[in-house]
Amino acid sequence: MAKITAGVGTSHVPLLGRIIDINQTDTEEWRPVFSGYDFTRQWIANEKPDVVVLVYNDHANAFDMKMIPTFAIGCGESYHPADEGYGARPVPPVKGDAELSWHIAQSVIQQGFDLTIINEMEVDHGLTVPMSLMFGQPEAWPCKVVPIMVNTVVYPAPSGERCLALGKAIRKAIESYDGDLNIQVWGTGGMSHQLLGARAGIINREWDTAFLDKLSDKQEELAKIPQTEYIRETGTEGSETVMWLIMRGALGDNVKEIHRHYHVPISNTALGHIVFETKD
Amino acid sequence: MALEKPYQDIPGTTVFDGDMARIGFHLNQFCMSLQSEENRKAFFADERGYMSKWPMSEEQIQAVLERDLNRLLALGGNIYYLVKITMAEGMSVAAAVSTMTDMSTEEYMDMMKKGGRSPEGNRYIGESE
Ligand SMILES: [Fe+2]
Repeated sequence: MAKITAGVGTSHVPLLGRIIDINQTDTEEWRPVFSGYDFTRQWIANEKPDVVVLVYNDHANAFDMKMIPTFAIGCGESYHPADEGYGARPVPPVKGDAELSWHIAQSVIQQGFDLTIINEMEVDHGLTVPMSLMFGQPEAWPCKVVPIMVNTVVYPAPSGERCLALGKAIRKAIESYDGDLNIQVWGTGGMSHQLLGARAGIINREWDTAFLDKLSDKQEELAKIPQTEYIRETGTEGSETVMWLIMRGALGDNVKEIHRHYHVPISNTALGHIVFETKD
Repeated sequence: MALEKPYQDIPGTTVFDGDMARIGFHLNQFCMSLQSEENRKAFFADERGYMSKWPMSEEQIQAVLERDLNRLLALGGNIYYLVKITMAEGMSVAAAVSTMTDMSTEEYMDMMKKGGRSPEGNRYIGESE
């Protein structure tokens, strides 16, 4: 039977991908940022997940204003890195698990989440940067990916309650899958950042830290935070953090936090990272 | 009933909502076209001529020509789309972002290095000094 064994939360700042791609992670400037992932990289090499259900948002790269799915699931066999305006990142194509994706889609839709099904799409830094942070620069990625894409670019993003509930539905779907798979769920994006207007550059370490503190056992409380509070407290783009609740919902009631990292700034953004193991 | 906008009392912030998406649709789709190298070349060769392929307003066209990002935000531009113009010119996202603040790029970067802009006094219009 398939089992969700762990969850990972991480920011997906594009600059981090760039620094990895040009081999600068060990410089004096970047070491303090990337060393926060040393634990996770070793841990995941032992854990060897077969599949990662990776929750992220596109940033006007693979998708434009023509179509804006609120929740979507990739059901393809593979996904190529998008050209974000300066050439595609030099990372391997992402391998899908189409059979598992379709299973999750069917189960989750029947549980009341009308996901958009996507068979062909490119993936931007929202998905590929977390892969690089966890796995470095392999020839081929060591696991398959089920992309869950969330709209956080056009207001309104889905509510925290819907995100948490979607995570729970994904958990149910995976528990009913026959394949004997070790599955992780990752929530990406955030934390504090605002890329626009006179208030650009806002960083709220206190709010971000409280969010991380509550994520292990007060997720129902976090789910009640409205999008306006994310924007007011952590910036317009800080509202991406709501996606971490999909990850948390998929982990079941009891989790154990085994690692955390927080760093300000990565360019305009507060970097947050957390690792949970499931306990049942 | 008009759209409910509980975020309108946040200072220096334009939330990209349905109204913005509606008035900015063609502007944002124009920005999106700059994903391709061929289009970037055509744009820089004749900016106004290139933009005439989209039914944008004269105000939007003017604001693109002036690279006035704050104006473009008010005219329905979305930041992820707008930075495609500045990135095509080799400008970093942080530098582009700084042009929307009352700081120089150096001052903005310096503020970020020191921990960013504090939310104190920046949550509600009129709450600060
Ligand atoms: Fe993002």
